[in-house]
Amino acid sequence: METFTEPAGVWTDSCLQEKPTESAMIEDVKAKVKELLESSAIDGFVGLAERNGHVAPHLFRQPDELELLSLGDREQAGDARYPLNKLLINLACAYPDSTFGVLVRGCDERGLKTLYTWNQLHRDKVVPVGIACPQDLADRCECAQPFPDNPVAGEKAKPHEFGSVDTVEEMNTPERFAYWMQEFEKCIKCYGCRDVCPMCFCKECTLENDELVKTGTIPPENPVFHLTRAVHMAGRCIDCGLCEEACPADIPLRTLYKKVFEIVDEEFDYRTGFTTDRKSPLNIID
Amino acid sequence: MDYQTVLTTCTYCGCGCNFYLEVLDGKVIGTIPCKTSPTNEGKLCIKGWNVHEFVQSPTRLTTPLIRKNGELQEASWDEALDFTAKRLQEIAAENGGESIGFLASAKVTNEENYLFQKFARAGVGSNNVDHCARL
Repeated sequence: METFTEPAGVWTDSCLQEKPTESAMIEDVKAKVKELLESSAIDGFVGLAERNGHVAPHLFRQPDELELLSLGDREQAGDARYPLNKLLINLACAYPDSTFGVLVRGCDERGLKTLYTWNQLHRDKVVPVGIACPQDLADRCECAQPFPDNPVAGEKAKPHEFGSVDTVEEMNTPERFAYWMQEFEKCIKCYGCRDVCPMCFCKECTLENDELVKTGTIPPENPVFHLTRAVHMAGRCIDCGLCEEACPADIPLRTLYKKVFEIVDEEFDYRTGFTTDRKSPLNIID
Repeated sequence: MDYQTVLTTCTYCGCGCNFYLEVLDGKVIGTIPCKTSPTNEGKLCIKGWNVHEFVQSPTRLTTPLIRKNGELQEASWDEALDFTAKRLQEIAAENGGESIGFLASAKVTNEENYLFQKFARAGVGSNNVDHCARL
């Protein structure tokens, strides 16, 4: 006999208990952004808005628009996050003299710090407005620091170990190679991992260069396609996880790039997103 | 400074994936899959990811073309539709409705494709209806 399980997104008592905290967080962020807009400290705020029943990336220009503000939480915390830093780069390119505020979680702020070192954004033209992630999101993400330096809202959750990396490393080499090859075989080569990535800003992409990675076939040249991208994530990936969320084939990309983070840390003593006093090891070669 | 994210539906196939088109000062600059869409849940195929490139492509047809004296020339929609209707009527009168084939589209809705085959069968009298992939 089939058992009835409650579908995701249904209102439960726990939702009712969590709701006040969530709405209090939104009010704190609204107040902060309102102050920044009204004092002309910023020309616009890159954030999220609830429109037409969906969460959308949005450029807030007027304080009265803040009624629409969303923190990207729908059925569970952080399930409607967008690459806001990527939008910010587009805006900053078009309006280099303007200063923008941007909604950041811990990962987004690591992204900003890294983008400054890659000269993609100017530190003095960006005002981060930070929120701390709840513990369940921090755990799901295995996040090394689930909060920005000075969060405007939310309580700082505990960091989480990269457990997914350990699980893969428990396999012996042939098993591990077979595991990754099986995952890579699922790739439909949508380039979504690259397109959604807030840290992918190159004008020319190796993944589209036929001499380096064979183009025009599905599945892609494996494991070269995914390992090439992984290498290019060294000193860039700040573990926001948007690539894995955008992957139609559910390839555990985040685990792959978490390992890249560990290697860069071990080999170069460079913690991507945390080390801010120098350029990333791969940025030095130019 | 005018920056909008416009929620829309992909025109490449009948799946109906939703995404936001990033529009900066009237120019479409990017595509962002909609995370809250029940259809695609923040994912897209390679075609969807690149929609912003074709919307404003300089090679995109923005007006009908009619071949006159061996050369394609721009025409108004009224002129193009009148020409097409007249020729189809002539061909059907001369050779029967079955002499006309109908190639439907993967890019339109079910309802539009239904209407299309209905027009073919009931309107023109042809059962020669097929998919655009046969083109």
